[in-house]
Amino acid sequence: MNDPFLLAGRELGSRLILGTGGFPRMETLADAIGATGTELVTVAVRRIDPAARHSLIDVLQACGVRVLPNTAGCFTARDAVLTAQLAREAFETDWVKLEVIGDERTLLPDAPELLVAAEQLVADGFTVLPYTTDDPVLARRLEDAGCAAVMPLGSPIGSGMGIRNPYNLTLIVEQAGVPVILDAGVGTTSDAALAMELGCDAVLCASAISRAVDPVAMARAIRAGVEGGRLARLAGRIPRRTHAQASSPMDGLPELAAADVPTP
Amino acid sequence: MIRVNGRDVADRDGATIADLLADLGVEADARGVAVAVDGEVIPQGEWPAFTVSAGSRVEAVTAVQGG
Repeated sequence: MNDPFLLAGRELGSRLILGTGGFPRMETLADAIGATGTELVTVAVRRIDPAARHSLIDVLQACGVRVLPNTAGCFTARDAVLTAQLAREAFETDWVKLEVIGDERTLLPDAPELLVAAEQLVADGFTVLPYTTDDPVLARRLEDAGCAAVMPLGSPIGSGMGIRNPYNLTLIVEQAGVPVILDAGVGTTSDAALAMELGCDAVLCASAISRAVDPVAMARAIRAGVEGGRLARLAGRIPRRTHAQASSPMDGLPELAAADVPTP
Repeated sequence: MIRVNGRDVADRDGATIADLLADLGVEADARGVAVAVDGEVIPQGEWPAFTVSAGSRVEAVTAVQGG
């Protein structure tokens, strides 16, 4: 089926975006990238470690995937904007997964700072993909600010708690004029499938794959979930009903009870 | 004194960004590296000539697994 994912004017063949965090070994990351079929992977921006043995960028380039830098770890709009500018210089991309965190324990987004950062980065020419709460009003404000997509959480980063509020996610999907990418909360295949069934355009997944017992097998499983959920969304599911609706006809039902035999 | 990635570096006042990166084992034409001095991103093309004065804060970053 030809069903490309159009994101900021670019066609992606996969609706699964892979976060690179949490993979125990670089080889596992490369194998998982292959298993997901993804074309877009996130990276974080950190100080150079002179003792680092591998160049992540070289590994990702060898995999043939596009890099989406994030601003993870930033708690203010100012830090997020500077991190995005550093990423643009380092990786020659104006795409950024914008994260502005408001709470260390839950890693939930700081809505006012997020909106300020989004506005500044859009004005600076960035393609802004913001990690946001599942608040439909904030999602609309981010879209109005010029973001190229909205990336609501299903539940907190790395929690694996799935989609806690499918109703809010449905509202975001209904109103959005930009792609909706479920970001954070996926624990297993069914969570990814549900996101796509609810109408998300794509799923971003890191920990569920990288911290699975067998990351490469889970990469295959979550890919299948995304693809299955997408197919189901396009197919159009039946409405939920309170009572049964027979799937076999009642007409032509044979009379199988023993005939009453009159006694002589 | 210049502060590079959170560490004070002695006797490097007036060094270029390229010099400071070399101290970290990074070549001036390295891919996937960016530098900010006092909160301003300095493009890679300026690293050989850009001198860092005493009291400045240099942040040199690259990609790590995340997200």
